[in-house]
Amino acid sequence: MRLGYVLRRLAFLLGVIWTAATLNFLLPRLAPRDPVMQKVAQLAATQGLRGEGFAEYVQSQKELYGLDRPLWAQYVSYMWGILHFDLGFSITNYPTTVNQLIAQSVWWTIGLVGTATAFAFAIGTVLGALLGWNKSPRAMNALIPPLMVFSATPSFVLALVLIYFLAFRAKLFPLSRPYSLFVIVDWSDVKFLLDVVHHAILPALSLILVSLGQWSLGMRAMMVTVEGDDYMTFAEAKGLKGSRLFLQYALRNALLPQITGLAVAIGSLVAGSTLVEVYFNYPGLGNRLGAAIASFDYYLISGIVFFLITGIALATFFVDMLYPFLDPRISYARGT
Amino acid sequence: MRGFFRYVGRNPALGWGLGILALLLLFSYGGRILIDPADAYALATKPDLPPMLDREALAKIGEMTTFEDKLAQLRLGLRHIFGTDTQGKSLLASMVLGTGLTLQIGAIAGAIGIGIGTVLGFVSGYYAGTVFDNIVTSLVDVVLTMPGFLVLVLIASSLADPNQMTVLTMGLVVSVTAWAFPTRAIRSQVLSMRERPFVMMAKLSAMSGHEIILKELMPNLLPYLVMSLANSVYGGVMGSLGLQGLGIGDRRQPYLGMIIWWIQYYSAFLRGMWWWILEPVTVIVLLLTALILISFGLDEIANPRTRRTV
Amino acid sequence: MSEPILQIVDLRVYYHVEAGAVKAVDGVDLDLDPGVKLGLVGESGSGKSTMALALMRMIKEPGKIEGGQMILDGTDLMTLTTEQMRQARLSQLSMIPQGAMNSLHPLLRIEDQIIDGMRDHDPTLTQHELRERVGVLLEAVELNPRVRRMYPHELSGGMKQRAAMAIAISMHPQLIIADEPTSALDVVIQRQVMETLDRLQEELDLSIILIGHDMGLMAQFVDRLAVMYAGRLMELGNTRALFQEPLHPYTDLLIQSLPVLENKGVFTGIPGITPSLLDVPPGCVFNTRCPEATDVCREIVPAFRELQPGRWAACHLHGVVEA
Repeated sequence: MRLGYVLRRLAFLLGVIWTAATLNFLLPRLAPRDPVMQKVAQLAATQGLRGEGFAEYVQSQKELYGLDRPLWAQYVSYMWGILHFDLGFSITNYPTTVNQLIAQSVWWTIGLVGTATAFAFAIGTVLGALLGWNKSPRAMNALIPPLMVFSATPSFVLALVLIYFLAFRAKLFPLSRPYSLFVIVDWSDVKFLLDVVHHAILPALSLILVSLGQWSLGMRAMMVTVEGDDYMTFAEAKGLKGSRLFLQYALRNALLPQITGLAVAIGSLVAGSTLVEVYFNYPGLGNRLGAAIASFDYYLISGIVFFLITGIALATFFVDMLYPFLDPRISYARGT
Repeated sequence: MRGFFRYVGRNPALGWGLGILALLLLFSYGGRILIDPADAYALATKPDLPPMLDREALAKIGEMTTFEDKLAQLRLGLRHIFGTDTQGKSLLASMVLGTGLTLQIGAIAGAIGIGIGTVLGFVSGYYAGTVFDNIVTSLVDVVLTMPGFLVLVLIASSLADPNQMTVLTMGLVVSVTAWAFPTRAIRSQVLSMRERPFVMMAKLSAMSGHEIILKELMPNLLPYLVMSLANSVYGGVMGSLGLQGLGIGDRRQPYLGMIIWWIQYYSAFLRGMWWWILEPVTVIVLLLTALILISFGLDEIANPRTRRTV
Repeated sequence: MSEPILQIVDLRVYYHVEAGAVKAVDGVDLDLDPGVKLGLVGESGSGKSTMALALMRMIKEPGKIEGGQMILDGTDLMTLTTEQMRQARLSQLSMIPQGAMNSLHPLLRIEDQIIDGMRDHDPTLTQHELRERVGVLLEAVELNPRVRRMYPHELSGGMKQRAAMAIAISMHPQLIIADEPTSALDVVIQRQVMETLDRLQEELDLSIILIGHDMGLMAQFVDRLAVMYAGRLMELGNTRALFQEPLHPYTDLLIQSLPVLENKGVFTGIPGITPSLLDVPPGCVFNTRCPEATDVCREIVPAFRELQPGRWAACHLHGVVEA
């Protein structure tokens, strides 16, 4: 039954979210490190130590963040908060909530990851298909080694190379930041938008090239497999035009299995964007996460990681729901 | 032996991959002779030097009498051949040691990943449908859905002091996500092999479950296991590079990813220190490309269907 | 006597591998008259499927049509450009594949797969005309009109084979090559499909080449039969005459190996195996397994010649003539 499949995938999605939430809750708390002490120590270092009242201050901070209660009580209120989409306060940025901090940064990340996925997928699919097509010019195979290198390189390492050559040496692109200093942030101004795009190109490129390498090589392998299938022989015997053979028969059949890898690809793009944002000083979630790690802000780290994992799990779920529409052979009844 | 080389000749991916890896191993373990390990740490020598040879020091080799002294002079002479960074570390020393460290982490993660992956994969695949199998499969699915890197970040930042992580610790952390993919891959291979006639024969001859796994299934899947190992190592190295890139780990050690972190910290690209950037990047790209090529080449052995037969 | 619809003259197809040249088809001469059903029978590796691909000019690397002519209705297919050959496929000659199980596009509806072939050959056809034609074709192959909106995986083996037949006749070609169309089907479905094919042949006056290894099936269906072995033709003739009085020892052995109900439990075969096509034995290619081989058979390649009106064979037993 269709419903069975949907329910099963939904249950799986909830399972992932629950696991992520629990993991996010437990891990920081299992650490011997204490975020309150860390913050207090930091404050003491920057603003001077006051001998008396110290213990009371620490205690009040702990109460504020609920860290003085037993573990199970914290877990319950944590899960309760999750159900209400409440990820708590950021310890280092009190009184800003985690949600607010995420909201400030998330759109930059979505923009970056979104465009990178779209470009990499579109170009990678076509490129990979052409590379795998037996009637393509042999010269195209020269692209394979560079694509392989791209797919093997971590995106932040590639980012470094791009920054050095294109931003520093050639001065074609800015070195960092989402938009230039001293500009007025006006989203309705075309010049501002162009500035944003100009700043986004290198970060996006670092992500796109890596993903492109992986996509195109995967697509190429699939094309080679598809070309050996019987329906390609019969299609040729039908005297179909070359373009139809390539697009509707080969590419379309090769693309389908690739789509199951889309969610995984998005996951790795998000992971890559974390580092790329730090290196480009791009104000997305990744950058926020990097700062949170440095100051060991429990809630912020947990919140961001949980948010990202949930986002990717949702994307996976979405792709799972989409797949039966694309492949008539998969009925909702059969599931995976 | 000759057969090996002839095969490699027909499998260029594997050949190149192994070749590059061999070169890197030579660089990292053989190169130790040419460095003084202390030079890989801060304040070892003059900072911000572009690549150069210390000709004075090299000239003095002739003046030395003992082999140790000559060697020490050679090391002094070569110390700046890759330049130095802002903290005064010799980049030659950093990279020689760093490559070794990264390979060690990869090996640990790879070994654990393939170890757990093999055990879980074989057992759950062979006994598919049982409660054990269902638990394992669900666990694997959940772990694989979560972006591994983020989990690693979470774990790493929860440790007592991330800045004191040893190679072993980092290897262990990275292997937390390295076991999932091999488990799933091996399990699916086992599932398809289970129905083959030779397994049926083994069952009929009253071989016990684990005997069949060890004596029949494993030898047949050996190429596949080696390929999974290569993938595990690759995943481990990637994971560790990512963590180091964020500055998680012992920052004083010359991990390859940590060198990158320092580059970013000191804005090396703003100061035109091209050698500092290009050298570790080259080594990283070579290492990862080698691992991918090996994996690619092994895939050909493991999956003969894709072999380019005549 | 009308002109033959197909004339194959000295066709050679070699596969060039590291070890040398595999001579899959080595000098085949064949004529086919219009409206005639010709069977091409042989063991695995005899070259019969290669013949099919060669006629469609779909031989892929490292294979190559080394020489010969394939004259379809006056035009030598070897002289056509790639585009002309593409046009000729489906409209002049078409193919019914062996395993229609996997020969249909898995993601397209049946009617779309029938239409795209027609569209790529005659762009002037309107959508309406195309859809009408699909209806006519499905009826001709005895498929329920509902099938048009279905996907291949929803059809049975026999239905898929009929769909493939519908595609093959969609542009009303002159020649249909059926490459073991029923090998993957059970006997009952086999019969139904062959009957449909027979009927289509009559209604549309098609010329058919049926390729297979089932002598029994051939006996029931084809008018003329060609026997192939190791890349060469051994015998060619009217089916009935061939079965009653085979001119070539190989044909005789093939007929004898058909199980007979009276001799239940007795199975005969042909001892030995087909020779490697890389290293063909000298003389008559069958001499290594022929029970009546003589010395001359091991030295001189027999010519494939007309021994009786309409009956050809390549055998020294009817007189030694060199090829």
